[in-house]
Amino acid sequence: MGICHTGSVDWALTRDGEGVHIIEVSGLVKRYKNVTALAGLDLAVPKGTILGLLGPNGAGKTTAVSILTTLIEADEGSAFVDGIDVAAEPGRVRERIGLSGQYAAVDQDLTGFENLDMIGRLYRLGKRRARERARELLSVFDLTEAADRSVKTYSGGMRRRLDLAGALVARPPILFLDEPTTGLDPRSRIDLWGVIRELVAEGATLLLTTQYLEEADRLADDIVVIDHGRGIAHGTADELKEMIGGERIEVTTPDHSQIDDARSVLAEFAVGDMRMDPKHGTLVVPITGGAPVLTRALRALDSAGIEISDVGLRRPTLDDVFLSLTGHAAEESEVSA
Amino acid sequence: MTAILQALADGAVIAKRNVIKIKRVPEVLMFVLISPIMFVLLFAYVFGNSIDIPGGSYREFLIAGIFAQTVVFGATFTGAGLAEDMQKGIIDRFRALPMSRAAVLIGRTASDVVYNVLSLLIMALTGLAVGWRANAGFVSAVAGFLLLLLFAYAFSWVMGYVGLLVPTPEVINNASFVVIFPLTFVANTFVPAENLPTPLRVFAEWNPISAVTQAARELFGNIPPGTPEPTVWPLQNPVAYSLLWVVAIIAVFAPLAVRRYRKMANRR
Ligand SMILES: Nc1ncnc2c1ncn2[C@@H]1O[C@H](COP(=O)(O)OP(=O)(O)OP(=O)(O)O)[C@@H](O)[C@H]1O
Ligand SMILES: [Mg+2]
Repeated sequence: MGICHTGSVDWALTRDGEGVHIIEVSGLVKRYKNVTALAGLDLAVPKGTILGLLGPNGAGKTTAVSILTTLIEADEGSAFVDGIDVAAEPGRVRERIGLSGQYAAVDQDLTGFENLDMIGRLYRLGKRRARERARELLSVFDLTEAADRSVKTYSGGMRRRLDLAGALVARPPILFLDEPTTGLDPRSRIDLWGVIRELVAEGATLLLTTQYLEEADRLADDIVVIDHGRGIAHGTADELKEMIGGERIEVTTPDHSQIDDARSVLAEFAVGDMRMDPKHGTLVVPITGGAPVLTRALRALDSAGIEISDVGLRRPTLDDVFLSLTGHAAEESEVSA
Repeated sequence: MTAILQALADGAVIAKRNVIKIKRVPEVLMFVLISPIMFVLLFAYVFGNSIDIPGGSYREFLIAGIFAQTVVFGATFTGAGLAEDMQKGIIDRFRALPMSRAAVLIGRTASDVVYNVLSLLIMALTGLAVGWRANAGFVSAVAGFLLLLLFAYAFSWVMGYVGLLVPTPEVINNASFVVIFPLTFVANTFVPAENLPTPLRVFAEWNPISAVTQAARELFGNIPPGTPEPTVWPLQNPVAYSLLWVVAIIAVFAPLAVRRYRKMANRR
C-alpha cells in the first residue's frame, strides 16, 4: 500500500477491501472561537487493529477522540463507530466503547475500588459482577494494595492506570485511549503495552493517540500523523519510515582523506546514492539487509586497511518521520498550536 | 418506562457516590450543620425577644421560617456540587458511559436530601433546647418536616440547573444568594406578611416559601391562637399550594437541567 502525503486523502477508499471498518471518520471539522481544532480529518480503523493517532500538541487528537466518544459534537463531517452514526445515536455508541481520556477521569474522594465499582454499576453489570470486575482490574493494573485508599493519595501514574482500568470495566469492543502512557514510568508503560496488546488479541479495536513515536511504532498497526487538525501522512510505521529513506550505514574516519577510499569500498553495498558529510568526515551509505550487511561492510573496510572512528547502522525513527513531515519535532511544537 | 427505571437506578449509583463523598469530606458537613444552629440561636435570642406577636411567642413563630429558609438555601449545595462535577474530569467519564443522561442530576438532588435531613434534625434539636415545641402531635410534625424536605428537593432542581449554567463552582454561592435571599425574606418567614407594604405583601402572599412556612407552622401547631385567618388562597391552603409548586418546579426545571447536561460541551 502506498503512503499518502497530501492534505486530504480518502482513507476509507484507500482501505477498501480490507474488511469492516469499526471506526470510520470522514471530513471531520471542529471549530472553536479562534481555532480550527479539526480541519477535515479522515480515519478508518479495521476491526481488531490499533490505529495510532500521532501528532504534536494542539494537533487535534483529543478533539477527535472527544467527538468519537460522544463528548462533543462535530461541526461538519461524519463519524461512525461500529457502523453507528455518532451524531445520530450517541447512546448506542456509548454502549460499545471504553474511553480513557487525556486527563484522568476518576473521583479523587473515592477509593480506587469504589471508582471502578461505580463504573461497573453504571455499565449495569450488576452488583456482584461489578465488584468482581473492579478487583480483577485493580490487580491487572497493579493497584490491589492501593485499592481501598482514596484516589487523592495516588501518584499520577496510579491515577492514570486507574483511569485506564475504568475504560476496560465493561470489556468494550472498541477502545479510545488518549495519550494512555503519558506520565507513566518505563515499567508501567511496558506493562500497559502488554495489556493493550492482549486486548487487541482478544478482538478489541483500538484508537490510541500519542506523542511518543516509539509507542506508535510498537503498538499501532497503522499510523495517521496529524497536524493542525488534518492527516498529513498515513501508513504503517515501516511505511512511514520508508518514506524518508530506509536503513543506512554511517561511517566516520579519523583521517578525512580516507573517506574517499571508504566510499569506493562500500559502493558495492549501497542501494542508492551515498552521501558525504565532509565536515564530520561521515559517509552515509543506504543499504538493505541490516546487521549482516553491516558486518560484511566492516570486514571489507578492515581488509582495505581503512581505519574508522565511528560506525553505526541507522534506521529512521518515527521522530525522523515526524520531523520531516511537520517540520518540527513532536515534543517541541507547542508554538505551532 | 424502562428509561425511567434506568435513570433511577443510575441515579442511585451516583447518589451513593455523593454520600460517600460527604463522609470523606466532613468539613463541609460541619459547616452545613453549624450554620443552622447559629441561625436558630441568633434569631431566637436577637429577634425572638424584641418582636411581639399578638397572642403568641415570636420564637415559636420564627422556627418554621428558619427551617424553611435553611432547607431552601440547602439547594445551593446541589448547584455547587454539580458545578464542581462539571469542572472535574469525572464528568467526561460519566458522559461517555451508557448511563442515563438524567442520572447525575437525579443522584445529586437525591443525595443533597441528606444535608437537609441532617440540618433539620440539628435545627429541631436546637429549637427544642431554646423552648420551641411542636404542639400538634408527632405525626403532624413529621408531615411538616416532610413537606419542608419535599419543597427543598424541588428547589434543588432549580439550583441544579443554575449550577450547570455557571462557569465555575465559586459563582454558585453568589448566584444562590441573589436568588434565594429575597425569596426567603419577602415572605412570612420572619415577620407576618400582613405587616409588609402592599407590593411586597402581595409577593409574600403568593410566594411559595410563605406557603411552605405557613404549612409547617400549622403542622407544628405554631400558629398562635387569635392570629387572624389568612385572606389569600395560597395561605389558606398552604399544603396544597406548596405541593402544586413542588410539581411545577420539577416539571419545569428537571427537563431544563437534563437538556443542559446533554448539551454540555466538555470544557477542556
Ligand atoms: N474547548 C476548547 N475551546 C477552545 N479551543 C479549544 C478547545 N478544545 C481544544 N481547543 C483547541 O483546539 C486545538 C486542538 O486541541 P486538542 O486538545 O484536540 O489537541 P491535542 O492534539 O489533543 O493536543 P495535546 O497533545 O496537547 O493534548 C488546540 O489549538 C486547542 O487550543
Ligand atoms: Mg490532547
